[in-house]
Amino acid sequence: MAVLNLVEAVRETLRAEMRRDRDVWVVGEDVGKKGGVFGATLGLFDEFGPERVQDSPLTESAIVGVGIGAALYGTKPVCEIQFADFIFPAFNQIISEAAKMRYRSNGAWTVPMVIRAPFGGGVHGGLYHSQSVEQYFTNTAGLKVVVPSTPYDAKGLLAAAIRDPDPVLFFEHKGLYRAVKGEVPETDYIIPIGKADLKRDGSDITVITYGKTVHFCLEAANQLAREGYEALVLDLRTLLPLDREAIVAAAKKTGKVLIVHEAGKTHGIGAEVSAIIAEECLFDLDAPVQRLCGPDVPAMPYAGPMEKFFMLSPEKCLEAMRTLAKF
Amino acid sequence: MEATTKARHEALGLSREQLLEMYYYMLLTRRIDERLWLLQRGGKIPFVISPQGAEAAQIGAAFAFRRKHDWFTPYYRDLGINLVAGVTPREIMLGAFARGADPASGGKQMPSHWGNRPLNVVSGSSPVTTQLLHAVGIAQAARMRGDDIVAYTCCGEGSSNQGDFHEALNWAGVHKLPVIFMVQNNEYAISVPLDRQVAGGSVAARGKGYGMPGIEVDGTDLLAVYAAFKTAHERARSGQGPSLIEAKCVRITSHSSDDDQRRYRSSEEIEAIKAKDPILKARAYLYEHGILDEAQEKELEARVMAEVDDATDYAESQPYAVPEQTLRHVYKED
Repeated sequence: MAVLNLVEAVRETLRAEMRRDRDVWVVGEDVGKKGGVFGATLGLFDEFGPERVQDSPLTESAIVGVGIGAALYGTKPVCEIQFADFIFPAFNQIISEAAKMRYRSNGAWTVPMVIRAPFGGGVHGGLYHSQSVEQYFTNTAGLKVVVPSTPYDAKGLLAAAIRDPDPVLFFEHKGLYRAVKGEVPETDYIIPIGKADLKRDGSDITVITYGKTVHFCLEAANQLAREGYEALVLDLRTLLPLDREAIVAAAKKTGKVLIVHEAGKTHGIGAEVSAIIAEECLFDLDAPVQRLCGPDVPAMPYAGPMEKFFMLSPEKCLEAMRTLAKF
Repeated sequence: MEATTKARHEALGLSREQLLEMYYYMLLTRRIDERLWLLQRGGKIPFVISPQGAEAAQIGAAFAFRRKHDWFTPYYRDLGINLVAGVTPREIMLGAFARGADPASGGKQMPSHWGNRPLNVVSGSSPVTTQLLHAVGIAQAARMRGDDIVAYTCCGEGSSNQGDFHEALNWAGVHKLPVIFMVQNNEYAISVPLDRQVAGGSVAARGKGYGMPGIEVDGTDLLAVYAAFKTAHERARSGQGPSLIEAKCVRITSHSSDDDQRRYRSSEEIEAIKAKDPILKARAYLYEHGILDEAQEKELEARVMAEVDDATDYAESQPYAVPEQTLRHVYKED
């Protein structure tokens, strides 16, 4: 078993899936000889050639639109959007075309494709290299939205996404690419899309989160344990469809729920998760559901102090978790 | 030197029978559309969007492609393309009546949002020009697999200003993909005329910038359109890459059944269009070359009307999908 960081896990999964299935191919800006701006496709060009590891023109709508056409024909494109912030020119193709193709053709036409994009802040990326865009997509039925938090999950979820019969948006927090390492089996495995994962068990409070903040919350939970409170940390892993069963079970277990995400608060994932809890298990709660999210501002500022102010951290998570534990 | 000059259709390798078949499809396209207007005005169907004035462009183009072999990502006016691709009048009417057996969408989509999987006619949407990129992707994937296909895609001249138009032509040009981009220029984007839509006045001229031939053709001239597409199809198949063909058409009807073109076109202009009717032009050619006479024409009209009547009656008698179909086909079902 190899110890990989998250971007290495993505790369090795792409390699394995491309070896496994000749119809799998990668397309995006600078994915060829350069291997992607984050190195997610490094070395794939040499192994699979310029057609299956294809440098695209600088045109996000085309990366997705051509991907849709290629998926309609029967191949399995993995489209890379260089930064999630640049996905908006492709928004129409994703929302009007990929998400609706199966539905509007009554099941005749399908779009089995993956759109990968690095997202998230804390890397001095300013407004346009830091955004969390997942919430623009999670209210669009027809799409699946996946966010891995560990290298192990990244491999299993990406393999599942590539083999999925429907379009999957696969968002990778760029702040985790090299920051998190873990054991990744070389053997083939998938993690089912739509299943959350209990990253830490606990009996005092429930923290529901995904992406980079999973690690902040786990770090905070260790500190909180020293203070006498055990936090359960549920990693959603898939944002669409949400794992309602796991959310309700986790909420019921402790009766105190904090939802944490870097994306903005208003109309966010946290709002949906708390609505599920209110619908399913309100009377099991011992405290109002809490949310700790990115601020409701257009995007993340560049200057260090403002970026730090915007970003969540283990300290901010600990404070919110401690307050809830003492409620 | 030959004693007699070949007729235009002969020079293109078209037999009299083929030419008659093309005319049949033009007429079928027109008569189906006329019936749709009657049904709409009679309150039986909610919406029509019309190919009238583009029949020569569509049938001329479609005859250059191989049925059930080449791929189509058409636009909403492409009734004629669909018919030649193999979609039946009954299937067209099922879509118009939004019936459950509509092969395009089972009644989910508005009429003229085509789709027919066995015939390689890809499902389309209402946001314009998205389908051009799908054609490029289809051609890209086919090349990866080593398949000899050509992709047809189309939009109006108004849509040719969309970003996806630029992205699609550029991508196809970079990779020399077997795609034929058709622009049916009917001089109006709903109510906005060409000179307020297309800078430079020519869509075809844009082809050069994408490294492909940009061909302007009289879209009311069946044989001129066929000739342009035949050349483009051969070019695509022989690995020389994509072509852009701008067919200069006319729009005989309003944009759709929700529009009234008298609000923005003069009655003189609307009247003048009738002289450019592609059906009359094709008919004149057939008469001139002794391919069609009055008796044959009468028979042909009767045959077409019988098909239109049959399709209408059939579709109207078919049931809607059950309302719960609303919830189906969001994701793959177990």
